[in-house]
Amino acid sequence: MAFVEELNEFVYTTRIGRLVDWARKNSLWPMPFGTACCAIEFMATAASKYDLARFGAEVLRFSPRQSDLLIVAGRVSIKMMPVLIRIYEQMPEPKWVISMGACASSGGVFDTYTLVQGIDQFIPVDVYVPGCPPRPENLIDGIIRVQRRIETGESPASALGPLRAEQRCTENRRSPWAPLDPRVPHALPPATPGL
Amino acid sequence: MGLWRRIYLPAILKGLSITLRHVFRRKVTLEYPEVLPPVPRGSRGTHRLNKDELGRERCVACFLCATVCPSRCITIVAEEAPAEWPDRDKRPRVFDIDMLRCIFCGYCEEACPCDAIELTPKFYPVGTRREEFVWTKERLLSN
Ligand code: SF4
Ligand code: SF4
Ligand code: SF4
Repeated sequence: MAFVEELNEFVYTTRIGRLVDWARKNSLWPMPFGTACCAIEFMATAASKYDLARFGAEVLRFSPRQSDLLIVAGRVSIKMMPVLIRIYEQMPEPKWVISMGACASSGGVFDTYTLVQGIDQFIPVDVYVPGCPPRPENLIDGIIRVQRRIETGESPASALGPLRAEQRCTENRRSPWAPLDPRVPHALPPATPGL
Repeated sequence: MGLWRRIYLPAILKGLSITLRHVFRRKVTLEYPEVLPPVPRGSRGTHRLNKDELGRERCVACFLCATVCPSRCITIVAEEAPAEWPDRDKRPRVFDIDMLRCIFCGYCEEACPCDAIELTPKFYPVGTRREEFVWTKERLLSN
């Protein structure tokens, strides 16, 4: 024991996981899944004006097997969703998912029969970036948020298992004037007392 | 292809000269998280519900914004205005905007007859859960 105490005086111990997390955080390899206009804004983010390379995330891999950050940018139709799930499943763990833009996150304006109303109903999403399209600054914010998630040791959404029903936003908020859609629950929020 | 073209040297030198020229050009990269870039005029970001001179919300719950909204992300539940507000019949009890569904088109601002709703140039923050993005009346009033 005396030897260990002596050792402690000149050896700092840390968790190797911290080092791994630091390396991971600064070398995110995004897999862009760009299906619509948001992908154009993603290109702008990767280009020289905003320069994702400053965050170590400039190595865009178009192979899911080599990347650990899935950026879903654009509308995902119901026919496209199996492809996206397949791509997501091919990515090695640990993996993170950014849902970029209103369409990928919630369907946005396209509340139609062809469009998935939020990819989080099928794959776990770590960070949502709102906007149509989000400004490059917003996407950078999203990437920094993912980095912070890695840094603080927060487990990625993919590690939390399949989504529970109440984790999804099942309530599809619409105006009370909108034509009723039998697929969508229409309960209005309960009255807030004292308002 | 002649030997001169086959060794690719001229092409490589041409490419390198372009790179070298750009090294001395003005830098275009914005240092975003440290330095905020200028927000363009008319930029549309998160919403704000305006208040009048008496500190009441201007909104009269006419539902025009909720009707015109293309993504139908505004939820309004109206209630009767208190008796001491003679200038209006209704006010919103609930005024929620789902920022994740909103496309920041500004139609709500255009439709509003009372200048009650307005889009500020502020960025909308990113989040990790969908519920975070539903902004309630209080949050919109204080934005
Ligand atoms: S959120 Fe807007 S910009 Fe992005 S894919 Fe949808 S419509 Fe296009
Ligand atoms: S900006 Fe457009 S999408 Fe957003 S709440 Fe207003 S009308 Fe709806
Ligand atoms: S914000 Fe304006 S348009 Fe919308 S309900 Fe209130 S008064 Fe009507």
